[in-house]
Amino acid sequence: MEILVCARRVPDTSENEIELNAAASDIERDDLVYSINEPDNYAVEEALQIRDRVGGNVTVVTIGGEDDEEILRRELAMGANQAVLISDDAFAGSDGKGIATVLKSFVQKGHYDLILTGVQAHDGAAQVGGMLAAMLDYPFASLVNSIAVEDKKLKVSREIEGGNREVNEIDLPCVLSIQTGINEPRYVGMRGIRQVASLPIPTLGASDLGVDQGAVGQAAAKVTRIDYFVPASNKGAEMLHGSREANADRVLELVAAKGGLK
Amino acid sequence: MARTFIYVVHRNGVVDDSAAELVAAAKRIDASATPTAILTGWGTDLDAACDSLRSSCGEIWKVAAEALTYPNAELVRQALVSVLPRNSILLVQHDHFGIDLSPGLSIKLDSAYVSDVLGIESADANSLKLVRQEFGGQASTHVRCDVSAGAVINLRPGAFKPEQHGSISGAVIDKSSAVVSLSSRRRYLETIAAESGDVDITKHSVLVSIGRGIQEKDNVAIAEELAEVLGAAVSCSRPVVDAKWMEKSRQVGSSGKTVKPKVYLACGISGAFQHLAGIKGNPFLIAINKNPKAPIFQVADVGIVDDVLEFLPELTNKVRELRGVAAK
Repeated sequence: MEILVCARRVPDTSENEIELNAAASDIERDDLVYSINEPDNYAVEEALQIRDRVGGNVTVVTIGGEDDEEILRRELAMGANQAVLISDDAFAGSDGKGIATVLKSFVQKGHYDLILTGVQAHDGAAQVGGMLAAMLDYPFASLVNSIAVEDKKLKVSREIEGGNREVNEIDLPCVLSIQTGINEPRYVGMRGIRQVASLPIPTLGASDLGVDQGAVGQAAAKVTRIDYFVPASNKGAEMLHGSREANADRVLELVAAKGGLK
Repeated sequence: MARTFIYVVHRNGVVDDSAAELVAAAKRIDASATPTAILTGWGTDLDAACDSLRSSCGEIWKVAAEALTYPNAELVRQALVSVLPRNSILLVQHDHFGIDLSPGLSIKLDSAYVSDVLGIESADANSLKLVRQEFGGQASTHVRCDVSAGAVINLRPGAFKPEQHGSISGAVIDKSSAVVSLSSRRRYLETIAAESGDVDITKHSVLVSIGRGIQEKDNVAIAEELAEVLGAAVSCSRPVVDAKWMEKSRQVGSSGKTVKPKVYLACGISGAFQHLAGIKGNPFLIAINKNPKAPIFQVADVGIVDDVLEFLPELTNKVRELRGVAAK
């Protein structure tokens, strides 16, 4: 099976305190810790496990700049067969549809049976996989938390409300968005990354892919971010600023007062 | 102004609670208009759901087909493409169904798409100014959406408060004939119910709930010790289940359990909206998190910026002292 995983390098939400810059126009981007978008990492692991069961190849692609090569290198170290960086100034400012348009051009240059994305990135949009599927006229399923390969089709389950799972049969080729927790992504150490340091990562631009430049980038974006802002706060928590011991005493008092001590 | 539609989910003849939120959001776009609801489905359940919206929607468009009995987003998308007038705005709940349906729908309609919207700040003939969040709720943003060719907008559950409005008498209009054929390369097979697990966290009045801040599986014991002395149960947020540190049955949130405790100790939990959606009944919420920017502090009653691995043992000792048991 030929599998494509669309991955992205993002500021790691769990490792950063996000603050606005002085002009409140953007977040403070100095010193941000970046990593592969967590759901995308699960998607790569799932692709590798499927390949190891049924054969084939795993390609990882990202749209970005030179800095984004680091996540491709990491996914190669995990065991991806190849990685491709799509990079072009014409793509800057693209909205979700613009990104999906670029990916569609890339997909149509190859032959993929299965295309995976992470369920969402740090912007919480959860949109590119579903858009890409619609552009390719492939079937799509989101929030996938298990995949079994059958003949020319997959049996997948989706995470729905209350921890229930919705089981679907889906024909190949298809696009799936992968939910975290579907597997246990393998560990990648510095040594593994060093071993793939010399593998070539081809870079493709708009003209290589035949992307209609009028359909991507800032000018084509129907959805644009105006600014970041601090919301007018609801009251927020009463913060305890005492010593650890004093805070623990206070919490215990409060728990008792609220009927929480049996 | 583009015509605004709301897509309403229903089950067993009863519309989802989100319908009132979608109506409220539609009025944020155009206060003078009554929104038009679109419902897909089949049989008497669909008829009952449509009827129940007549007091809040000007028109209810009914799209009946046997293939739509189960809401397979792939089929619902095809039906909506056949029925929806071009250039209209469609509002959809941002849940597992809306995530499945909407991005592809916007492509098929050649309209704009914005997901997980928390607020509608202003609207004019060609654009909407919307509020979203990024970085797991750590940053808020304003987004402009060009709606001149229509838009599909997914709304965060709970973000739009239903309003009281005068009762109207909307008409149910059968649009089923607009849908010619439905076929999908994705077929719904069955729904598998969540496993119940060893501890029922929905029955406990005090929850010690742990998140990513617990850092590793061995540290779960720190929370278990506190829960034991308090007579509480340990619950958790999604990353703890993803990492296989606790069973799925312990997860609080929209994809886990809905709990109604008296006291909720959020320990190393950032406070993503999907997690908060599982906490009902307005418990007294105490949050402990190393990150002072964690969104959990926006909704907690009391907050402490500290490392849960240090704070929880201190609290456990305090409870033991109170109970007259020698501290370990």
